[in-house]
Amino acid sequence: MSGIGTGYDLSATTYSPDGKVFQTDYAQKAVDNSSTALGIKCKDGIVLAVEKLVVSKLLVERSSRRIHNVDRHAGICVAGLLPDGRMVVNRAAEEASNYKSFYGEPIPGRVLCERLASYMHLFNLYWSMRPYGTAGLLATYDEDGPALYLVEPSGVAHKYHGTAVGKARQAVKNELEKMKLGQLTCREAVVEAAKILHKVHEEDGKPFEIEMSWICDDSGRVHQRVPAEVLAEAEAAAKAAMEESDMED
Amino acid sequence: MASSRLVAGSAVADAEFSRDISLGTTIIAVQFAGGVVLGADSRTSSGSYVANRTQDKITPLLDHVYLCRSGSASDTQAIAGYVQYYLAQLQAERGGPVRVETAAMMAMQMAYGNKNALQAGLIVAGFDADGGSVYAIPLGGTLLRVPFAIGGSGSAYITGWCDKNWRGDMSRDEALDFVRNALRHAMARDSSSGGCVRTVVIDAAGASREFIPGPKLQPTYDELPAPA
Repeated sequence: MSGIGTGYDLSATTYSPDGKVFQTDYAQKAVDNSSTALGIKCKDGIVLAVEKLVVSKLLVERSSRRIHNVDRHAGICVAGLLPDGRMVVNRAAEEASNYKSFYGEPIPGRVLCERLASYMHLFNLYWSMRPYGTAGLLATYDEDGPALYLVEPSGVAHKYHGTAVGKARQAVKNELEKMKLGQLTCREAVVEAAKILHKVHEEDGKPFEIEMSWICDDSGRVHQRVPAEVLAEAEAAAKAAMEESDMED
Repeated sequence: MASSRLVAGSAVADAEFSRDISLGTTIIAVQFAGGVVLGADSRTSSGSYVANRTQDKITPLLDHVYLCRSGSASDTQAIAGYVQYYLAQLQAERGGPVRVETAAMMAMQMAYGNKNALQAGLIVAGFDADGGSVYAIPLGGTLLRVPFAIGGSGSAYITGWCDKNWRGDMSRDEALDFVRNALRHAMARDSSSGGCVRTVVIDAAGASREFIPGPKLQPTYDELPAPA
């Protein structure tokens, strides 16, 4: 990013000479520097997982939430600037609620994703606004089955079998590509997600928590937090697997 | 409604002939095993004047969902227009077929949201992945899922007949006969229903319209058959 000092990054309505909108790039950078979040599409649903750095010992455990409910059949995990993320989640909840009250049926995942993407894109269009420094992993389960989307600050949105955002996204994506995502169940994916997050976090040694949610047949197609005991089991399995691989080294 | 305005200098200066144009009507829709049948008479009146004797009161909302209109002709046309518009938008956004329930919900939103300004009794019926379904939206804007619905001024004359003759296991042809006979009887008794019988059958194959001209209708008790 060579925009610094050139003046081309002062507003989202100015292109740099090579055709970039630097404000949009900066917003994406805020997401890229976030702690890692991932989503996995399984045969029976979606798992969202995020690593949260524990910045102070005085913080109450599992307090600052990164995964939010949007509707019964939809949830979002946010990465990047968390206050921005909350705005996006609130908007998603509003869209879902409006759609339900107007059409009498839950909002389809694809429509929710499109509307969120349009909403985020809006902030790339005016000099008086800045793009949201946040990306959302959107998990939905509608009549077409489960779906995972990623909505980015630019307004770009894609549908994924599995993806990751944040610092260790590349490492996580490498792990995801090795897995047979189409055959995995959500219960298995919870363990895999814990393993991956522990693995990519291995080097820096900072304390962290894992927050995880799912929306699957087991959860009655309702987006909810992965039950504490299931998550604890998964983390234990992840740690055991790490120690095992340490022994091999 | 039905204010008796005098139309100065008009050919119809008599108050009785210049009332609001209304679908003093008989409409009906029935669900059968593989779809739905909708039916309506074709009379549109303005007071005692028949403004149109071949009106189409069965309006398409989507390829697979139709609407029977009763009450004010203008109000229900406007509602149908809005619902068509919103449903087209929704169908484009979703990229797939819209369910009958959703279409009925939209019609209800219009009818209920503007209930103080409208005179509209609607029946929405159609065919989707769950089969055929009928929704009644009477005057206040309630939305009711029903196996069959009748509406309009003429329906008062056939409630008993319909309750007696309706069956839950009718075939397509039986349902069509039920609709035609119900309309025939209502049109005979109700002065603001009459003309022809229009029907729409919607099933997995799509929607198909049929039209029976008034003279071809089987006469009811006390009626004279049409001259050959």
